[in-house]
Amino acid sequence: MADTLLDIEGLTVDLPAGADRAHAVEDVNLSLRPNEILCVVGESGSGKSVMARTVMGLLPPRLHPSAGVVRFEDKNLLEVPPAYMREVRGERISMIFQEPMTALNPLMTIGDQIDEMIETHSDLARPKRFERIVEILSDVRLPEPERIAHAYPHELSGGQRQRAMIAMALILEPAIVIADEPTTALDVTTQAQILALIKDLQAERHTGVMFITHDFGVVAEIADRVAVMQHGKVVEFAEAGEVLNRARHPYTRALIAAVPSLVPGRRDDVKIEPVVIDVRDLDKRYSSGGGLFGRKEARVVHAAKSVSFTIRRGETLGLVGESGSGKSTVARCVVRLIDADGGAVELDGTDLLVLSKREMNLYRKRIQMIFQDPFASLNPRLKVDRLIAQGPVIHGMKLEDAIERAHELLRLVGLDPRAADRYPHEFSGGQRQRIGIARALALDPEVLIADEPVSALDVSVQAQVLELLADIRKQFHLTMLFITHDLRVAAHVCDSVAVMRFGQIVEYGSTEELFTNPRHPYTRELLNAVPGKEWDIPDFVHAAGADDD
Amino acid sequence: MSLARKRVHYAGRRLAQAVPIVLGIVVMNFLLLQLAPGDAADVLAGEAGSATPEYMAMLRERFGLDQPVWLQLLIYVKNILSLDLGFSFRHNMPVLELIMERLWPTLLLMGATLLLSVGVGILLGLLAAARVNTWRDTFISVLAIISYATPLFWVGLMLIVVFSLKFDWLPATGMESVAMFYEGWDRVVDIARHLVLPAITLSLFYLALYTRLMRAAMLEQYGMDYVVTARAKGVTEQRITFKHVVRNAVLPVVTMAGIQVGSLLGGSVVVESVFGWPGLGLLAFQSLFARDFNLLLGIFFLSACLVILVNLLVDLLYTFLDPRIEMK
Amino acid sequence: MKEFWKRFSRNKGAVIGLLVLSLVVILAITAGFIFPGDPFQSVGKPFEPPFGEFLFGTDTLGRDVAAGIVHGARTSLLIGLIATVLAVGVATIIGGFAGYYGGWIDDILMRITEFFQTIPSFIFALVLVAILSAQIENIVFAIAAVTWPPITRLVRGEFMAMRNREFVQACVVLGMNDLLIIFREILPNTLSPIIVTGSLMVATAILIESALAFLGLGDPNVMSWGFMIGAGRTFLRTAWWLCAIPGIAILLTVLAINLVGEGLNDALNPRLRNQ
Repeated sequence: MADTLLDIEGLTVDLPAGADRAHAVEDVNLSLRPNEILCVVGESGSGKSVMARTVMGLLPPRLHPSAGVVRFEDKNLLEVPPAYMREVRGERISMIFQEPMTALNPLMTIGDQIDEMIETHSDLARPKRFERIVEILSDVRLPEPERIAHAYPHELSGGQRQRAMIAMALILEPAIVIADEPTTALDVTTQAQILALIKDLQAERHTGVMFITHDFGVVAEIADRVAVMQHGKVVEFAEAGEVLNRARHPYTRALIAAVPSLVPGRRDDVKIEPVVIDVRDLDKRYSSGGGLFGRKEARVVHAAKSVSFTIRRGETLGLVGESGSGKSTVARCVVRLIDADGGAVELDGTDLLVLSKREMNLYRKRIQMIFQDPFASLNPRLKVDRLIAQGPVIHGMKLEDAIERAHELLRLVGLDPRAADRYPHEFSGGQRQRIGIARALALDPEVLIADEPVSALDVSVQAQVLELLADIRKQFHLTMLFITHDLRVAAHVCDSVAVMRFGQIVEYGSTEELFTNPRHPYTRELLNAVPGKEWDIPDFVHAAGADDD
Repeated sequence: MSLARKRVHYAGRRLAQAVPIVLGIVVMNFLLLQLAPGDAADVLAGEAGSATPEYMAMLRERFGLDQPVWLQLLIYVKNILSLDLGFSFRHNMPVLELIMERLWPTLLLMGATLLLSVGVGILLGLLAAARVNTWRDTFISVLAIISYATPLFWVGLMLIVVFSLKFDWLPATGMESVAMFYEGWDRVVDIARHLVLPAITLSLFYLALYTRLMRAAMLEQYGMDYVVTARAKGVTEQRITFKHVVRNAVLPVVTMAGIQVGSLLGGSVVVESVFGWPGLGLLAFQSLFARDFNLLLGIFFLSACLVILVNLLVDLLYTFLDPRIEMK
Repeated sequence: MKEFWKRFSRNKGAVIGLLVLSLVVILAITAGFIFPGDPFQSVGKPFEPPFGEFLFGTDTLGRDVAAGIVHGARTSLLIGLIATVLAVGVATIIGGFAGYYGGWIDDILMRITEFFQTIPSFIFALVLVAILSAQIENIVFAIAAVTWPPITRLVRGEFMAMRNREFVQACVVLGMNDLLIIFREILPNTLSPIIVTGSLMVATAILIESALAFLGLGDPNVMSWGFMIGAGRTFLRTAWWLCAIPGIAILLTVLAINLVGEGLNDALNPRLRNQ
């Protein structure tokens, strides 16, 4: 078959005994053609990464392929001797990883690490090799390729490191490149550049690319064909257009339905409501180093620079930006987890920043927070009902009453009150996030600060948690400050949006206006960078299939 | 700024930072002297055997002991900073002179120990980690954990029993056979023969520590993403171990070796007194029995300075090993 | 608790260590019953070899070595335990506050800790005991004074990591006061590394105590293993067992404690379980 590069037939990979299912990958049939990008998409635990690593022969020692064939250049890669597999790796099939910082050896220069690839697979002399390295570094559009070749990984930015990884993967012009979530760790604008780069280089070199991702937006951006995986099986495998617009399998349809649209939904008018939160000229600097004894020269980062916004009762304001933009700092200053250096945060006309610790505690229950990491945000040593009851008990409620209330809240956030007697680690990510929401609601707050509340969750779980937040917001007429890096989520949730960059708000307006008529160039850049922005998400009826774990 | 000049600046800055630490130790020494029973006048009077109150008062005046405490402290600090560590009445010599005489044997012992423990420790750790969970790994690990629990002085005594008393292979005490008047190469060999047992004794604990550390660091590094990257490049396992893993795994061992220098000096007190090695440790041991506090505090002060210096050297070495270290 | 034992007992070394340690503890507790009277009392001819009339023979003054070992166990364990509790207590408070509050409090406390870490610890202990006089309280104090800095840094690191964990921030937002957060929220979550380090510290303390006693800085009124070795070393040629036997006692005890410490680490820090 000349038109297939790689043929995977009936591949099954066993999980060690005692795992929650028998196979990491089960009876997978896939093929990769030359000159195409095949996207393998699935949620966490779907087996997509294990499948990719099986092809490379890089499975962790506890996993073993138990059936099937991986055919590449007339050989079954599951049966070739290790020395042959080493020949294939790097030279014929190469790989790009998710986290370029840890995937590169911190003690070797970029040039040496690429050089190792050539040295392993060819007899080229050193000067010739260096020439090739500089050439490929400029091919992946790194500035000053010679300097980069002599740099160590920590001296480059995340995007530059990923470009260097791509250069390393491509230098021997392999037939196949396997990319395992190569843009997941990157900011959205960097992601857009890397996606464009991969697409361009693939087209130039006619490489077959197997691209592993969890993000349907990314799929829409680059895929020629798509395979959807669930619980270790391929449930749908077809041309990209087919899958994106006319998906057949209910799981695919559910996944696509869970992707928030970039077109803002209809919003209730909140203009007539009173202002609840009024932030004026908020300022925060971090100085790293320095310290009392001035051992190091202090480096000052201006994390928030005269940030001002208002939120009216019942309104949700989205604070949007890339990592390091200062959005989380602002959120933490508002609840006084961090002390701001200047400005005012007024809650119903009272400036919270000038209150003493004791006075602040009176206001604490009116303004609560939901956190990002569902695994770090709950004390692992407390049972769920105690966790939720903590707040009310601190503010003077009797323990029995608080526990009673915790049971009610669990029901409210969609959990069985019988769960109250268990510890956080017995719950899935989405369920933990519900517990976190219940804890915040236990004090009957007027204002909720949500710091990236869904960014650690799979897309189907994300949709459910967002739905829960919307319900609660309506039911309690809550005012919300919603921090997110995801413009799709912002469009879905927020009434108005403030875009942050380098500690400043660069654009601030109603969601509809900002998304349809962005004025600041950075806002436009962000919107342009959203993967799959051209894709008109089909309106599948909310199909069953994805559940909360 | 060039890298070499950066290192010089860095060293200068680090030395400047050491000043408060040195001052702190001086002040602490002064306070400890205050805690010691009696003052210098009592000691001197005791030496002389006569102690009329008039004589004592005169002595106190001469030593400034009648001054307020803060003034005494200032004078003490001034003295020490001009490297006047006081006078040892037992040895009838200035403390500094005594210490300098005994410094080189200790440095020799410590240097040999460092080389032995770090070198062999890294090697054994590597051997254990390369074949994890085999009999070789188990053997090395068991040996390490036993050595880690053995008191230094006891190892020394047992080595003397076996190698000096039983077989008479190696000398049990001293640094050289003074009576033989060896010169040149013969003298080097003689000193080396005397060095074997003390160096092995002092090394054993640290060797065990670095073996365990190296093994753990290797296993940790084998689990890193960059190892998977190297495999994905088609690099052989052997090359992965030596080019990638070992270099990364050595870093924590070097850090630990730097941290342990102070403890090594403490160990040398014990080992030198077991083997009669004429270094600072033995001097400290003797000053303990003579209750010669000036001398004891002088040794304490100088060994702290030595630790600061060695730490700086290790940190400088580190800047060669790890490009991520910023010389700020 | 059941889970804890399951994980602990998976480490065979730890189980052996626990058995040996239990034996030593039982001997130490029942020392007064097995060998009533003063272990410094001479009971027979000097230099009796072991396994004769006396299990471990007699020393230079005709004292029963076995009695010395059993009474010495009491000294070693007691000093090791008390010094560790003292050091861990100080370390938890200093490290906890430094790690939780950060900023200038952390700066000052850590500079003090660093200062004590620069000082060669054993020599410092030597100086302290020599100047304060060799009494058991001073020995305990000296050992604690030289062992607290590394534990402090560990506790501080744990607290600093925990302080930025979201569940702690959630407690701040709920309005919980600092002391409650430090002692009820963070401390229980950092207890396992503290316990593991503490258990290993007991072994270190025993080693320091024996070295001090060997150099002649033990409490002269209390029998200890280091003292026995120090007293026997002059007769190494004729009666090597006088040094060998107490040394083996130290070795076994310290080894047992280290093994138990590692078992605790496996059982309490399940992160490492999979390795």
